[in-house]
Amino acid sequence: MKYLTEFRNGEIAQRMAREIQSITTRPWKIMEVCGGQTHSIIKNGIDQMLPAGIEMIHGPGCPVCVTPLELIDKALAIAAQPGVIFCSFGDMLRVPGTDADLFQIKGNGGDVRVVYSPLDAVDLAVKNPDKQVVFFGVGFETTAPANAMSVHVAKRRGLKNFSLLVSHVLVPPAIAAILESPGNKVQAFLLAGHVCSVMGYWEYPPLAEKFGVPLVVTGFEPLDLLDGIRRTVIQLEAGRHQVENAYERIVTFEGNQAAQKLLAEVFEVTDRAWRGIGVIPKSGWRLSDAYRDFDAEERFHISGIHTQESPLCRAGDVLRGAIKPAECSAFGKECTPRHPLGATMVSSEGACAAYYNYGRFISAEDLASAGSGLTGVSNV
Amino acid sequence: MSESPKSGTPDFSNWSCPLPLVGYPTIVMGHGGGGKLGNELVEHLFLPAFRNAALENLGDAAVLDLPSGRLAMSTDSFVVQPLFFPGGSIGELAINGTVNDLAVSGAIPKYLSASFILEEGFPLAQLAAIVESMARAAATAGVQIVTGDTKVVERGHGDGCYINTAGIGLLRDGISVGPHRAQPGDAVLVSGFIGDHGMAIMSVREGLEFESQIRSDCAALNGLIAEVLDAAGTAVHAMRDPTRGGLASTLNEIAISSNVGVAIDETSMPVRTEVQSACELLGLDPVYVANEGKAVFFVAPEAADQVLAVLRAHPLGRDAARIGHVTTEHKRMLVARTAMGSNRVIPTQIGEQLPRIC
Repeated sequence: MKYLTEFRNGEIAQRMAREIQSITTRPWKIMEVCGGQTHSIIKNGIDQMLPAGIEMIHGPGCPVCVTPLELIDKALAIAAQPGVIFCSFGDMLRVPGTDADLFQIKGNGGDVRVVYSPLDAVDLAVKNPDKQVVFFGVGFETTAPANAMSVHVAKRRGLKNFSLLVSHVLVPPAIAAILESPGNKVQAFLLAGHVCSVMGYWEYPPLAEKFGVPLVVTGFEPLDLLDGIRRTVIQLEAGRHQVENAYERIVTFEGNQAAQKLLAEVFEVTDRAWRGIGVIPKSGWRLSDAYRDFDAEERFHISGIHTQESPLCRAGDVLRGAIKPAECSAFGKECTPRHPLGATMVSSEGACAAYYNYGRFISAEDLASAGSGLTGVSNV
Repeated sequence: MSESPKSGTPDFSNWSCPLPLVGYPTIVMGHGGGGKLGNELVEHLFLPAFRNAALENLGDAAVLDLPSGRLAMSTDSFVVQPLFFPGGSIGELAINGTVNDLAVSGAIPKYLSASFILEEGFPLAQLAAIVESMARAAATAGVQIVTGDTKVVERGHGDGCYINTAGIGLLRDGISVGPHRAQPGDAVLVSGFIGDHGMAIMSVREGLEFESQIRSDCAALNGLIAEVLDAAGTAVHAMRDPTRGGLASTLNEIAISSNVGVAIDETSMPVRTEVQSACELLGLDPVYVANEGKAVFFVAPEAADQVLAVLRAHPLGRDAARIGHVTTEHKRMLVARTAMGSNRVIPTQIGEQLPRIC
């Protein structure tokens, strides 16, 4: 498959892993920011291929995971209202709110629908003029252009029955917050390739300069990830701290200018609460004044939300990279994908779910010795 | 079905209901009321399509002559949406699903029941098309529909048409297959490309439509399985049709039932490029996507090449592949070797696969 199979070549991957091995002289801690990268690293066993000294720390880049509990509860309250069609990306449906999730709301008669594009939700609004259609607009800069386009189109069409429940978050302030946090261990970042396909990487040189960390724009296929890691290690070993693009087939320095123009029109920067982490100043987007009429929080006045996180869940520590999922005492016990206590156990991009699904509750040694034909994991 | 019918299969390409239904163009409550309208459905639609001696008696129960021996029985309900999809319809699924459940149990499927739960307002033309597809599928599979029932629910209380089928088959002599019988060393074979049915449905489901050429693999596997059992007999230890939950769920079930580990090689799994592409786009994994015309075989290693040859010689098994083996390691788990040379556990899916955000 063009642009996929080429980047999944096992032989080249082994060669790159050996190269990383040969250039690594001491331990390094590298954070991949994006949940899609976490998923791919675990699914493809990239972490098993790296030298023992290189530790991949999984960052807060799963949009499902960092959407604040209060907003989930608001979503549940809106979705439960009669006359509302509540549209969402699929993996938001199982995220636990304080008392329920969207699947339960659907089961109790709420009209909850999975759509692939917010523009499909706009079409639903056109087709159902007697209903209020709400789209749950979460995510990082990657999903923002389509969400922005949905309200842009809704406004142009004069739709009065479409609104967006927005919780957009931004990567650069999150990186700054992690680097500023006391006890930070992260020494370099793989930047999220698809975020950068929208935004370019012009925002990052000041961060690399200020904090003295290498930042490498990285893709999602195994060879992309290994190349990103390789370039990061080269910089770390050489004591350099530059912004580098290892995803050139997709990402340019300037990014998608048309998308950025639309984003600047539709959204404005705001402080955002990140689930498990807390409020990070200027770390998100909300609808700008010109589009405030399409804000579901304004349209539906939801009050009386009292959120309560599970006292066992340590998703915040996982999202900050402070602990690995398996170090949480509830991991695989009280908390499983079937009964998630926190959002990181829900989305396949969530670090806890990725660990659970791909068997990281089994030790790497057990896996490595797993039967004939299944040996040869090149972990050292 | 994409496969050409085997010789001796009745040709339904010009088939139409000989006595068009009079009166209502849609299902009304009276069609399930046991009165004249219901009788009309039977006489004008079901009987002409399914006609056979046992059904024609129209008694409360079909009376069947069966040879002595062991019987297998299975039932399944079909609620697919949309009812018609690329490569098939709920009608074919309802026949092939039960036929395949019997066949993978080592039985020769013989007789089926068919029960319909119809929603008030359901177009009769669509029901006729479904019934026709069932008749065609039954003829292809060599089974008879010998009894049935129709109920009508009020509008809004159903999804157009639900079908339940139950079937009985004769267990073959000298065959002893079961999900608990996989043994360390067994080769794991799959009869063709995985994920076709699930992605065909996904491509036409409301709100998720995408352009594709993917067609459901819906097919009756009893002919294919009979050839495998004729050739390999007791060397076949376990068979399953990986429907809901896909290949991953089936292999996990067998690993657990047999208390063994199942190891597969991801690079040897047959997946169509279109299916792989669609899965990549939607954030799905083909190992979890449903199949309706595929079987997985656990066979003694010395018989693996022979079974593979038999499969590949059959029109429904042309793309069969050996994908892994059974091991005493990682008991009760499915572990895949990735293209990268690393290993990953493939767990049973929780509920439905959810499309990812990005």
